[in-house]
Amino acid sequence: VTRRARLVLVAGSLAALGALLVWAVGGLPDFGHPRGPYADLAPMIMLDERHVANAVTGVTFDLRGFDTLGEELILFTAACGCVALLRLRRRERGSDVPAHERPLPSFAARAVGGALVGPVLVLAAYVVIHGHLTPGGGFSGGVIGAGALVLAYAAGQRVRLRRVGSIAMLETAEAIGAGGFAALALGGLLAVGATMQNFLPLGTSGMLLSAGTIPVGNLAIGIEVAGAVALIVAEFLEQALLEEPS
Amino acid sequence: VTALQVVCLLAVAVAGTATVFTRDPLRQAVSSGVLGLSLAVLFLAFGAPDVALSQIVVAGVAVPVMVLLALAKIRTDERRREE
Repeated sequence: VTRRARLVLVAGSLAALGALLVWAVGGLPDFGHPRGPYADLAPMIMLDERHVANAVTGVTFDLRGFDTLGEELILFTAACGCVALLRLRRRERGSDVPAHERPLPSFAARAVGGALVGPVLVLAAYVVIHGHLTPGGGFSGGVIGAGALVLAYAAGQRVRLRRVGSIAMLETAEAIGAGGFAALALGGLLAVGATMQNFLPLGTSGMLLSAGTIPVGNLAIGIEVAGAVALIVAEFLEQALLEEPS
Repeated sequence: VTALQVVCLLAVAVAGTATVFTRDPLRQAVSSGVLGLSLAVLFLAFGAPDVALSQIVVAGVAVPVMVLLALAKIRTDERRREE
């Protein structure tokens, strides 16, 4: 294909796509005025019947909790697949360079990374625990928690993950989190006869201990996501740095 | 649509275009992170703080880290092949 023909093709497709987009956006309901009653009803129902202040978390962890169960298992499976692939390749390799023979990162990276590890972990815990009250929840908080591992790495803390058994700890966290949420779904089935049914006391809306199973599910997802993302990052780190020249 | 929302939309358009025109994958990891963060501000400006938070952690943490690690891995492989 010549350059000219390619340009004509691109211009044509872009024009067609643009026209379709403008047409589609023109047919959207006005911003803040969705069609159907669901958008207005969901926050009210979540507040009245589940005492949960953050309607988004209420929907994802209660009303549509079954979807979240599927999604967390997708992440669990993805992390398992990633680990299985990377670990197989690692075994094929020779020995790795000892941590003390590697060059240290710059002072700025060490200072900023080291100073932020603690606060980031606290932020992660806050976002997970307050998921039913303020924006956030298990997923965001979990990824923030895994970010602390990246910061520790940037700060030069090249922990030999395999030796201190941290990988096993991350795997356990991922499994406990995923299993915990599934157990919560089953708990509803056993306690009140419906999967994912909220079976714990609802408490007063806006309090830390409220909304029944929602904060418990948030905690389980937070642990699972933190474990899964940290596990993937740790396996990648081991892979990428195995044969780095010292 | 408020002025803040217009500014956010423009920032997303600029960052998105910059990401497309960045050719070096290493720089692209950074520019796509900037695009992700400007999208997060956009979501916040349109009243979706939950989505903004997820956007920050995915575009600001997860994706750049994965891209950087994959690039580091590819470069180690290339270096070994040259030896």
